[in-house]
Parts: sequence; structure tokens; C-alpha cells
Amino acid sequence: MTSVLYDAQGPRAKQRNIVYTVLFLLVAAAVVWWVYDGLAAKHQLDWIKWKPFFTSSQPWQTYIWPGLQNTLKAAAFALVIALPLGALFGIGRLSDHRWVRMPAGVVVEFFRAIPVLILMITANAAYSEYTTISSDSRPMYAVVTGLVLYNASVLAEIVRAGIQSLPNGQTDAAKAIGMRKGQTMLYVLLPQSVTAMLPAIVSQIVVIVKDTALGGAVLTFPELLASVRPMSANYGANTIACFTIVALIYIVVNFALTSFAGWLEGRLRRGKKSTGAAPAGGLETIGAPALIIDDGRAV
Amino acid sequence: MFDFLEGYDLLGAFWVTVQLAVYSALGSLIWGTLLAGMKVSPVPLMRGFATAYVNVIRNIPLTVIIVFSSLGLFQTLNIQLGASDFTDINFRLAVLALVVYTSAFVCEALRSGINTVPVGQAEAARALGLSFTQVLRLIILPQAFRSVVNPLANVLIALTKNTTVAAAIGVAEAAYLMKGMIEKEAQLILISAVFAFGFICLTLPTGLILGWVSKKVAVKR
Repeated sequence: MTSVLYDAQGPRAKQRNIVYTVLFLLVAAAVVWWVYDGLAAKHQLDWIKWKPFFTSSQPWQTYIWPGLQNTLKAAAFALVIALPLGALFGIGRLSDHRWVRMPAGVVVEFFRAIPVLILMITANAAYSEYTTISSDSRPMYAVVTGLVLYNASVLAEIVRAGIQSLPNGQTDAAKAIGMRKGQTMLYVLLPQSVTAMLPAIVSQIVVIVKDTALGGAVLTFPELLASVRPMSANYGANTIACFTIVALIYIVVNFALTSFAGWLEGRLRRGKKSTGAAPAGGLETIGAPALIIDDGRAV
Repeated sequence: MFDFLEGYDLLGAFWVTVQLAVYSALGSLIWGTLLAGMKVSPVPLMRGFATAYVNVIRNIPLTVIIVFSSLGLFQTLNIQLGASDFTDINFRLAVLALVVYTSAFVCEALRSGINTVPVGQAEAARALGLSFTQVLRLIILPQAFRSVVNPLANVLIALTKNTTVAAAIGVAEAAYLMKGMIEKEAQLILISAVFAFGFICLTLPTGLILGWVSKKVAVKR
């Protein structure tokens, strides 16, 4: 790989690189040894603590799979509800009418500015106070509500950025052939911008999946992270093993989504040159769409 | 109307939130810059490490990292980070977890900032005979930082909101206090509004000020 930041390497630079590599390896080895030593001293690497995951299906069936199901279920519900809401508010912010644009803007900015955990805690308390939802399913409702409120506002920004990324000529042409504003949006702008928004939407799904874990940690929602405590209690305090497995599952699920988003982005960028719509959240330049969309969490 | 606030240290809780955010921001700025440097370095092993780090950390929920820092690091491995009482230990663990998590995003923001620096700048620097570290330190990073103030502001805002996750391991910051208050007091909507307002007070000015700064310092091209 060549980079503009350094020259093609001659013999001396190559030697220096080898020295750096060895030094880096030594540091890494020291860290690994320190971690290994710490883990071994607390008997966290004993085979008996890891065995349940490899020799029987019981931990998977009893703890991990139900937890993962709840995680995915909450994320799916949140996405399905947040997507149309987000589209509604995103289009609302682009409205010509001040009385539509302003409230939509206030709502979006408000829910983007406060932590999703605050929303979840509030929703949980509100459901127990004002509704008759059973206490078993209440955390699920609260998690989904919090996720919907937050992610709908983020998705609204994605939709807005996606529509704004289209060239003005599209709107002008639609006007020229006599389309009304609603028709322009429905038949011209939205269909084209959806392809531009897709990668950003897929990476937002990663954020949703990650945020479901909040429900497990704070609201007793029985999702994947929450399965760690009962699991490690059942298999002899194998906390490290349980966390490793759970983290790996999160990584696999989210890495698949991230890769899909990347693939989609590359494909869309290659394919749709004619509309001039830059896929939102493109990394080629650090241009406006990426800035508007990513809320830090999604970066 | 607001007498339910009596007996609660609202400002104290938000002060803990601010402290969490500031310490984590400093830590992740340093570690994230180092990671970004590694990611563009000529040493393949370092590049690989930085890439792997970012990919792994980005895909793990922050909640998992924070809960792990308490259950795994402290309770299982007995790592106390030089603190003696529970409050300090939990606070430092939360900062550590936030740094580990946020630095991945700082690294990504910086790397995309490095990409915005025109190729000619690096070529000119190399033509002068500067070494890789000199190119990075004197030419590329100063320009990159100026162009990523806005993305870094977004990361900082997200970090401020993410400090609430520390409530999961009992750090007495705003969300933790809010959860306690909601259980005891009746004015649910008012309590939530107060805390929401508190966070808006923290995040909105950050965005506005840094947005202004980013316009000020942006490299005109």
C-alpha cells in the first residue's frame, strides 16, 4: 500500500520499520502477558469456565439465544416505528410552511439533544404510572419507546440531508412539468434520495442494536447483555468468559451490518452517477452530509 | 412547583456528568489521535492494530464496555485504578470505559480529516525531506484538526450524552439521580423535563460554540 504521507521505502526505512514492528510487538506482548497473568491468577482462563460454551448447548439455549432474540426484537420494532416517523419529520423540516417546519425542527433537535437513557427511564416510569402494561413487558416497551424517539429524530436528519443532497434541477424539472409539491416529493425526490440514504440508515441500525443494551443494564430488560449476570452465576463466576462471548456476538451482528452498509455505499456510488446524488454519509470527503447525519454515536 | 427538587443535589449530579465528559474527552482525544497516527503509519502492524481496534470497539455497545469495567475489571480482576473507595473506583472505571469507546470515534473523525488535507501538502513536505512523524506532526495533523472541529464536536456531544450510561455501574451522575428521584417523587413529567433541560444546557452550547469555532478555524480552500 502506498500512501501520500510517506515515501516508498528504501532499505533503511524498511529496517526502521522492522525495528518499530518489533518494538510494537514487544509492547503488545507485554500487555497480553499482563492481561493473561491477571486472568490466570483469578482462574478466569480455566477450561471449566469456558467449557459450557463449547461442549453443551445449554448456555446458548437458556441465556444467549433468548437474550439475543429480545435484543433483535427491540431493535426491529424500534426501526420499523422510527423509520416512517423519521421520514415524516425529515420532510416536515423541509416544508414551505413555517408552522410545519418550526415544530418539526424543535421536536427533532430536542430529542437529539437528550440522552436516550433519559428517554428510556422516563418512558418506563410513564408506562408504569399511566398504563396497565404488565411489569414483565414494560421494559421492552420503554426501551422501544426511547429508541424510537431518539432514532426517529436522527433518521429525520438523515432523510433531510438525503433529500437536500439532490440537485435543484430535480425540483425545477418537476415544477416545470406541472407537479404539485406533494407529487414532487413523492415521485421525484423521495425515490431518488432513498438510495442515497440507505447506507446511513443501515449504520443507524447498528446504533439501535447497540443502544438496546441500555435497557438490559438499567431497566431489567432481558436482552443479551442482561444474560451475562445469571449466566456467570450459573456457571461458576465465569464473568470474563460470558462477557467475551456476548461481546463477540455483538461484534458479529454489528460488523455484518457495518459491512453491509459499506458494500451498499460502494455499490450505490458506482451505480447512480446520473442523479448527482452523493450517498449521504460518504467518507470520501468529510463533506456536509456526514456531518449532519452522524450524531457522534453513529460516526 | 419545583419544591420536589429539595433534598436532591441536582447541580452536584450534573457536575459529575461534566467531570465524566471532560476527563473522557481529554483521554479519548489523546488516545484517539495516537490511534489515527497508527492508522496512517508506514508500519503495517500498527495500521492493522488501529484498524482492528476501531472495528471491534465501534461494534460493541458502550453499555457492555462500561458494565464490563465494573463486573469484569473491578469485581473479577480487582483492578481499582489507584482509587480506594467505591465512588472513586466506579468513576475512574467509567472514564476508562468512555475513553476506550470514544477514542475509536475520535480516530475515525481524525482520519477522515487527514483525508481532506490536499495531497500536495504531504508531497511538498516529503519533498522537503521531512520524515513521516514530522509530516504528520507539523503539516498534516494541524490542518486535519482544523477541519474536524465539527465532527469532533459531534463526538463530544455524543460523549456528554453517553456519560449517562455510567449510571449502569452506579456513578452518581445525572441519569442515576433521575432514576432515584422518579422512584420516590410523583412529578414524573417535571423531573424528566428538568433533566432533559439540563442536558440541553450542556449539549446545545457545545454544538453552537464549537460550530462557530469550526467556521473560524476552517482552512479556506
